[in-house]
Amino acid sequence: MSLTTFLVRRLGGVVLVILGITLVTFVTLHLFPADPARLLAGPGADEALIRAIRQDLGLDRPLPVQYARYLRDLAHGNLGRSIQTGQPVADDLAKRLPATLELAVVTMVVYVGLSVPLGILAAVARGRWPDLLIRLVSVGGLAVPAFWLGFLLQLVLYRNLGWLQQAVGRIAPNLPPPPFVTGFYLLDAPLAGDWPALASAAVQLIMPVTCLVVSRLGVGVKLTRTSMLEVVGSDYVRTARAKGLAERAVLARHALRNALMPVVTAFGVQLGYLLGGTLVVEVVFGWPGIGQYAIGSITAVDFPAIMSVTVVISVFFVLANLVVDVLYLYLDPRLRSA
Amino acid sequence: MAAPAQRALWGWGGATLLILALVAAAPALSHHDPNRMNIGLALRPPSAVHWFGTDEAGRDILSRVLHGGRESIAAALAVIAAALAIGVVVGALAGWCRGTVDELLMRATDLFFAFPPLVLAMAITAALGPSLTNAVVAAIVVWWPTYARLVRAEVLRVRENLYVEAGRALGLSDGRLMLRHVLPQTWGVLNARATVDVGYTILFIATLGFVGLGSKPPTAEWGAMIAGARTYFLDSWWTMTFPGLALFVTVICLSLLGDAINDIVGLRGRKV
Repeated sequence: MSLTTFLVRRLGGVVLVILGITLVTFVTLHLFPADPARLLAGPGADEALIRAIRQDLGLDRPLPVQYARYLRDLAHGNLGRSIQTGQPVADDLAKRLPATLELAVVTMVVYVGLSVPLGILAAVARGRWPDLLIRLVSVGGLAVPAFWLGFLLQLVLYRNLGWLQQAVGRIAPNLPPPPFVTGFYLLDAPLAGDWPALASAAVQLIMPVTCLVVSRLGVGVKLTRTSMLEVVGSDYVRTARAKGLAERAVLARHALRNALMPVVTAFGVQLGYLLGGTLVVEVVFGWPGIGQYAIGSITAVDFPAIMSVTVVISVFFVLANLVVDVLYLYLDPRLRSA
Repeated sequence: MAAPAQRALWGWGGATLLILALVAAAPALSHHDPNRMNIGLALRPPSAVHWFGTDEAGRDILSRVLHGGRESIAAALAVIAAALAIGVVVGALAGWCRGTVDELLMRATDLFFAFPPLVLAMAITAALGPSLTNAVVAAIVVWWPTYARLVRAEVLRVRENLYVEAGRALGLSDGRLMLRHVLPQTWGVLNARATVDVGYTILFIATLGFVGLGSKPPTAEWGAMIAGARTYFLDSWWTMTFPGLALFVTVICLSLLGDAINDIVGLRGRKV
């Protein structure tokens, strides 16, 4: 299979999966007992108005027609109008997406940056204290509720030790946010030459990122460790050792690259958990992203908003996994030529 | 060789049983009604009378933690039982029939993996309305595909064994082969996985409870209790700390117990 065929097939698969996501979401949310038209009309509206809204939104049409319409609108970037804010959902999401993405990207970088070296260390020191310590922290991290850890961090770092400000929002409340370029404060602040804003944005990220990283670190470490141990036990590594290479060279030049390949794929799946975790952690730290918006729209039974959040986050997840697959292709030359 | 794994099994198994016993005996153990409010006693720190202190409504936190465990653990067990049932049926069908049936079932399963778990669960609870029952339903939808994949892989592996072919040559029916000779072989792996998952399901349900998609207040549930403590925890650390600690300890015991089972199952597999 050539590279192009692979990519075309993979992209075709992605389109199907995205269609599937919209279908599952659509069907799920039409189990909804509440009537969106009634909600939109507000309390005490008369029946004629509700009927008019229902007709206007196409809610009186059969479900397949509604789904087709929904897909058509989606293709035009029209996600409907939020019942809660009265704004187009696409605008609401565009405003909040950078906050969530910044949190997710920084978390992912720290997560990979920590779990790979720790996993390697644990594998190399197998059975000795660094391994045991790393595994202990991993298991503990997985069992800690991320939202609880968020409160504990605030309690200890802010209230007891006073090292960090109480983390609420993306930037200290007395600072103006940097002018919008990318929506990522860590990029926009230096672009505007606003160093205090950069410092504050970085500090605000510490607690939420710690929470998210700790809660998934165990998986990343375990994956790297297992994969590394498997490779280190293989014949070609024994050969490399037998021909007298230094252990460091064996690990860095021979073992590492092969050991990381299965790990790369697994990190794609981990991103799904991190995205989910982001939603919860946003609530803990008052992070003005998609998570808060999602929870708010669920409480307000804001039908178009819930649907869009679900679809948008899942599509991001699917696309991220696509990137991971392409990356895998790059790492493993056998797949390119085969 | 198996000694450390055996010891881990007994140790973590014992700890888990202890937690289950404590939670099961909650009504007998707690001297206070978990839902009785007493504003005069609001936000008292831990003392000889209220070991874990009291919450913003003057309710005894120890009693609420014990009773809250009943909700969380029962919900998680229900989730795993249902998800296992669905997963075993789907996975066994896919692995046994192969071909088109397998393809269809697995593509459907893949679709559920396309959603970040928490996001899908939120959409489902949003659609059904927030309640503990609906959080359980959402968790089942999120969890069954994992088991379907696991069982399918195991069935595909086990069915290649010579004894299955021998059974077929003897004229055993597909159903009998499956139920008596193939599925029992998958039990070890499933058991290890399910034990770990009970812990993570407790965490998952608590997370849904925390964002307001689980039990409704004033029901004591660990996630909801932590959410309720949100406004008070900076000045009253005990309101948030103890429910979270209960959650943490329970999940860690179950996950280490699952690891121990996994080790033992794995060792046995290697000996054969």
